[in-house]
Amino acid sequence: MISNMLQRIGHRALSRLASLGRSGQLLFQALVARPQPLVMLPLLIKQLWFVGVLSLVIIVVSGGFIGMVLGLQGYTILVDYGSEQAVGQLVALSLARELAPVVTALLFAGRAGSALTAEIGLMKATEQLAGLEMIGVDPLRRIIAPRFWAGFICMPILTMIFTVVGIWGGALVAVDWLGIYDGSFWASMQQAVSFYDDIVNGIIKSICFGLVVTWIAVFQGYDCIPTSEGISQATTRTVVYSSLAVLGLDFVLTALMFGEL
Amino acid sequence: MKPESDAIIDIRGLSFARGNRPIFAGVEIKIPRGKVTAIMGPSGTGKTTLLKLIGGQLRPDRGDILLDGLNIPTLGRRELFEVRERMGMLFQSGALFTDMDVFENVAFPLRVHTDLPEEMIRDIVLMKLQAVGLRGARALMPSELSGGMARRVALARAISLDPDIVLYDEPFTGQDPIAMGVLVNLIRRLNQALGHTSIIVSHDIKETLAIADYVYILSDAEVIASGTPKELEGVDSDKVRQFMQGLPDGPVPFHYQAPDYMEDLLGEVS
Repeated sequence: MISNMLQRIGHRALSRLASLGRSGQLLFQALVARPQPLVMLPLLIKQLWFVGVLSLVIIVVSGGFIGMVLGLQGYTILVDYGSEQAVGQLVALSLARELAPVVTALLFAGRAGSALTAEIGLMKATEQLAGLEMIGVDPLRRIIAPRFWAGFICMPILTMIFTVVGIWGGALVAVDWLGIYDGSFWASMQQAVSFYDDIVNGIIKSICFGLVVTWIAVFQGYDCIPTSEGISQATTRTVVYSSLAVLGLDFVLTALMFGEL
Repeated sequence: MKPESDAIIDIRGLSFARGNRPIFAGVEIKIPRGKVTAIMGPSGTGKTTLLKLIGGQLRPDRGDILLDGLNIPTLGRRELFEVRERMGMLFQSGALFTDMDVFENVAFPLRVHTDLPEEMIRDIVLMKLQAVGLRGARALMPSELSGGMARRVALARAISLDPDIVLYDEPFTGQDPIAMGVLVNLIRRLNQALGHTSIIVSHDIKETLAIADYVYILSDAEVIASGTPKELEGVDSDKVRQFMQGLPDGPVPFHYQAPDYMEDLLGEVS
């Protein structure tokens, strides 16, 4: 009974470890082994379109609404202390440091990560990956690498767009609707936000999230069991694992970046 | 004809197991150059696995797979991809790329592995499509093709680089009689016209025997018989006879291992 349980735990741990190893191998082979820029460029552009441009709508809409909510909530609290012009600082800092990288990564995992996993998984199930291999084309370079780079490149850009739209949404509510003097709204923002501490750190976060989310997504697709059930499980795992990874990693990165402030 | 005379693929002492189940135990197969060789056997005897081993997609536990002296299991990743350019494989599902139309699917290997000008690629693709009778379908997407057409397109793609070896994985499964006849003729004709070596993995006895020059029958992880189709008719073995004549019961049982039927029906629900 107990030995059975131990055996099961050991088996699970070993298979997790093995899959971690496989994912590392995949990352290494897709990125490091013999890059072919000329072949990859058109594929990369196509993936940038699918992964990045088509995610724009959800990013812009969410960014706008989150900025508006921040503006409104900030105002209702700060107005009690007579410092409602600090709303600009509040909106900009919370977006640039935390909300934009994290929420963008979560939305990206749901919108693009799941699609990547399902697409690659279905390619595996319909033997398209095996077909590529037999034609003498490495699917890691042809299929995995462009998708990986696309996610990696798109995430910081989407995060910046999220931040800008969010700030604009906050200004819309605070300045245009609630009537904060726009000079002090923007001035408090300009004073409080530091380029290196806030903007750059936010972008570094988003680069880390981009790496992790896309890595999880392409690996889950490539490593899935090629049945309809296997693909659905892999897609679920992509969203769950990337969300958890993003939130956990965010804490670590925040502690490293802002811990001593 | 003896395959030993000029073997393009020489499989020696091949052993492969999935978990605890042996798929091959010391299998010896020689594939004669320029001929149609059939690998036959009941479902689950690892016929497709054999093709994957030849293509280097799986590695055997033991044994050599020599392709003109190159030992496939020992090749590195890059060499393996180079060797595969000499092979064409027709997958059971067709494995067409769903984001490209028929023309682009057939052109794909040419675009990847050659620097031919566009007009020449167009000519080659149209010739290959003409050979499988689908020149008119060049603009269709894979989702618009019937199963038989998809497999013919896949065949055109498999031969687009004029490979030395074409591997056919169950080419006749799930085809209507007309498509089946077309495919049988096509495989034979292409083999003669292009002079490549064909390996057919199948359990469709009649169709396969009609075009095969040499046949291996696999069962229980071993080669149980080999020879020309004529020679196999005279083999004195229950297993071979059962398989060749399609008898439901014999040494290979129809029923998966189970407890006694009556006891099972009268037994408790567990």
